[in-house]
Amino acid sequence: MSENADAGAKGASDGAVPAAWEPVIGLEIHVQLATATKMFCGCELSFGERPNTHTCAVCLGLPGSLPVANARAVHFGLMIGLALGSELAPRSIFHRKNYFYPDLPKGYQISQYEEPLCRGGRLGDVRIHRVHLEEDAAKLIHVGASGRIHGSDASVVDFNRGGTPLAEIVTEPDLRSPEQCSEWLKLLRTTLRQLGVSDVNMEEGSLRCDANVSVRPAGARELGTKAELKNMNSFRYLERGIRAEIARQVEVLQRGGEVVQETLHYDPASDRLTSLRSKEEAHDYRYFPEPDLIPVAIDERMLARARAELPELPAARAERFQRQLGLSRESAQLLAFRAELGDYLEAALAAGAEPEPPPQALANWVSGELAGRLDEGADPASSRVTAAALAALVGLVSAKRVSVGAARQVLDKLVTEGGEDPAAIIEREGLAALDGGEELAAVVAAALDANADAAERVRAGNEKAIGPIIGTVMRETKGRADGGEVRRLVREQLGI
Amino acid sequence: MIERSEVLAVARLARLELSEEELEPMARELSTVLDHIATIRQLDLTGVAPTSHVVDVTGALRPDEPRPCLPREVALAQAPAVSADGFLVPSPQA
Amino acid sequence: MSAGDILELSASAAAAAVDSGELSARELFETYRVRAAADRDAGIEGLNCFTWVADEVPAEAPPAPLHGVPIAIKDLFCVEGVPSQAGSRILEGYRPPYTASSVSRLREAGACLLAKTNQDEFAMGSSNENSAFGPVLNPWDRARVPGGSSGGSAAAVAAGLAPWALGTDTGGSIRQPAALCGIVGMKPTYGTVSRYGMIAFASSLDQAGPLTRDVSDAALMLRHMSGRDACDATSLHSASVEPPSARRLDGLRLGVPEELAGEGIEAGVLECCRSTLSLAEGLGADVAEVRLPHAPHALAAYYVLAPAEASSNLARFDGVRYGLRAEADDLLAMYTRTRHDGFGPEVKRRIMLGTYALSSGYYEAYYGRAQRVRTKIAEDFAAAFQSVDYIVSPTSPTVAFKLGERTSDPLSMYLSDYCTVPMSLAGIPAISIPCGLSDGLPVGLQLAGPALSDSRLLDAAHALEQAIEFDPRAARV
Ligand SMILES: [Mg+2]
Ligand SMILES: [Zn+2]
Repeated sequence: MSENADAGAKGASDGAVPAAWEPVIGLEIHVQLATATKMFCGCELSFGERPNTHTCAVCLGLPGSLPVANARAVHFGLMIGLALGSELAPRSIFHRKNYFYPDLPKGYQISQYEEPLCRGGRLGDVRIHRVHLEEDAAKLIHVGASGRIHGSDASVVDFNRGGTPLAEIVTEPDLRSPEQCSEWLKLLRTTLRQLGVSDVNMEEGSLRCDANVSVRPAGARELGTKAELKNMNSFRYLERGIRAEIARQVEVLQRGGEVVQETLHYDPASDRLTSLRSKEEAHDYRYFPEPDLIPVAIDERMLARARAELPELPAARAERFQRQLGLSRESAQLLAFRAELGDYLEAALAAGAEPEPPPQALANWVSGELAGRLDEGADPASSRVTAAALAALVGLVSAKRVSVGAARQVLDKLVTEGGEDPAAIIEREGLAALDGGEELAAVVAAALDANADAAERVRAGNEKAIGPIIGTVMRETKGRADGGEVRRLVREQLGI
Repeated sequence: MIERSEVLAVARLARLELSEEELEPMARELSTVLDHIATIRQLDLTGVAPTSHVVDVTGALRPDEPRPCLPREVALAQAPAVSADGFLVPSPQA
Repeated sequence: MSAGDILELSASAAAAAVDSGELSARELFETYRVRAAADRDAGIEGLNCFTWVADEVPAEAPPAPLHGVPIAIKDLFCVEGVPSQAGSRILEGYRPPYTASSVSRLREAGACLLAKTNQDEFAMGSSNENSAFGPVLNPWDRARVPGGSSGGSAAAVAAGLAPWALGTDTGGSIRQPAALCGIVGMKPTYGTVSRYGMIAFASSLDQAGPLTRDVSDAALMLRHMSGRDACDATSLHSASVEPPSARRLDGLRLGVPEELAGEGIEAGVLECCRSTLSLAEGLGADVAEVRLPHAPHALAAYYVLAPAEASSNLARFDGVRYGLRAEADDLLAMYTRTRHDGFGPEVKRRIMLGTYALSSGYYEAYYGRAQRVRTKIAEDFAAAFQSVDYIVSPTSPTVAFKLGERTSDPLSMYLSDYCTVPMSLAGIPAISIPCGLSDGLPVGLQLAGPALSDSRLLDAAHALEQAIEFDPRAARV
């Protein structure tokens, strides 16, 4: 008995996968390349312009028009291949993938098939199968009933997007959980963003991810029958879609059923998977070498250019942060995989602040205190807090010239007001650390008087009782005092 | 002789309607031509590389430089059916 | 200059006459325009050469070096604002928003668009009977076909309705009609002329070329349209075509392949070609036999590769963006009916054949094998050119045949291209020149050379042409 997904895949998304089953997932990622023009014609890429204003004879598939491949798209493809450690084909070939659809003006998509630009490679724990170049389809907008076509349902085709260059990145089936998929996809996104080859925005469709999902008995070597999941246009939906499909397949298999190979469409609104082509005939794309294009021949000059433009990539950067700056592994990865945080950290370290902030402390302030005060995912470089100001502030904290609590208040001010000089804010607001001199000693003495009971208990060996005393000092000093220094003075004055 | 069902399957792939009267002659003519073509199936072609291009051109890539697009009304001018925004087609979902 | 005198001028001579002031560009153009319009108006009572004729003389004085010589252009070429429908109903009313690169180049050199010529639909055919505009008639005998697919171009030049014409050749579509109409037709090396704006039949084989009264005109037209075009990735940097001047063939070796000179070739055609070879020897050439062992398989390979590419190239005719659309409620019916109504029987056959050959399970048996046969054919030619300079054969196995004679048997029609298809598969240049008459109908001789030998091939053809002294006047209308 075989079952397709229409039989109700709703909502199985929360249960954990039973230990007897192992999900096997491979991803197919389409990345819109950030070239100026389309893959095979000189039309500028479109960003929400009026429909059908970015077209020409070539991308409308007019009779007699011919494609010519975009050199920068090939260049970006090479950069991606180099970044993923792929083998680059000295000669790669474009094929035609033939099928009829209104968003496909020529009746075929020009794509790479037998000889892709890049083969193999790896990113993190996941092996890359291949990377190839192709053209995007146009956009089909459903407009409902229209009198123009005999009152039946109609769609409108907008060819602005048609022909946008895509890199298709296909992984090996190395992923094992929905969470791992979205984590890995984030790493890929950062990598591509670092490369500068794409906007990689899932919501806007410049990064699109399909997943091939199968399930097999734990420990089995053979792969189960896979289903192809499409339309998961956010990291959240990607996880939910895959989770739902794993649950569905496990359920089918546990009942002794058989999974059918099919294409499923994920609808986030209903959290449902529906079969796209279960009723249609099997596709026969009749691939053959595109006779209008010659093979893409990669020469040393093109390779050298791609290598020269390769920036430091997240994995390498994380490693360098650990080695060079002595950051913890977690901290290094966090800052490297969110490139804007890493860039900010490096700018802060280069600001030459006096006293000099230790890298780990600065890293914590960037990824914790500062990022926490900004919108989720925001680039701190576009906030009011300059890297130099943060570096100066963290330097003062480390030198104990300002307490952590007071520094947080200074950062609040910097976030709202900006400003180059945290020391000036400290001065203005009277937030400078009390430096253990007579002033602080007097506050401590007063606090001990006010908390006589607690003082007695501390003296008797109850360390926890010190809390209220320190709290009083902090309150009195508006957080300017250093906690460690206060604790030392309390113990000193109590004679322990 | 190529089967009637096969002719219909190919016609569907090619999005070509064939009337009942067209079907039989099409099957017959295709068979005649395919029989002739079958002669190449007898040739020994082991180790022979396929030729897709007879000319050896390299470096025919296009610089990533914008060229003028067609004005919208020109792009739409030849279409059999248009709406305000673009090319109107029966919905694929219908 | 009288109209009669004007019509006697080759395109080169006409350009020279305008340049020297003997003739005005207006007068030249108008003389041909009137004749072409009359043929168009007569429809099938005339030769039915044209699908469209210019309705006025160009306003601006055309530039050198062609000085406004009128040119007829196969309907397959897109010309901005001018009906261009590749002889097909599916492109009814289509006026492209851009112009083919080859046509633009000829215009920049001073040629003026006189007319679009009738052709087999999407260049598929060898008799010009597969046109939405009806058949073209052969000016030598109106009961016979002009050949195809550039039949309108060939008949127009032969009949003196145009000084010269632009055509396309995929498996013989310039050379065969040129032979059947008694004019010169050349398929240049693949890639010499940009294909941009030429409605595609089979992309890896399609090539534009001249149909002219003499070899010098062919060289002149090729000179002004060849060269690398950034819009066509398969176009070549080729050396400039020089005006042919040779009158002797001293030291040149002509190879006659037995595969293209025996079985299936009409006796009268063989006879004409033989006597031309004797003339060639008289001009100092050595004539020798060569072998092209795989040439007999060329037709089979061609009828896999060309329909396969065509089935894909013609997928864009779907009723969405241009051309015909059949009434239909759903998308699938819109596709299938539009294509049913828009394509003629031969185009449908080839779409079916090509779709079949590419479909899953058949690709290797058909397309893959055909590509390997193509390799063998190219190797045959390369080997032959080790020992000879040019290969000589009849262009067409027969003289012009009767209208309707082969329409019911596709294979017999396909055999018309038996001698021309091998050169197409190899991508090498080949020219057909008239070499005599058989039963009062013209016979064409084909000369082929190695890739990029176009200029010297024209030179050799010129020397032979001078010796043959073919008289074309019987075809003039
Ligand atoms: Mg793809
Ligand atoms: Zn475009």
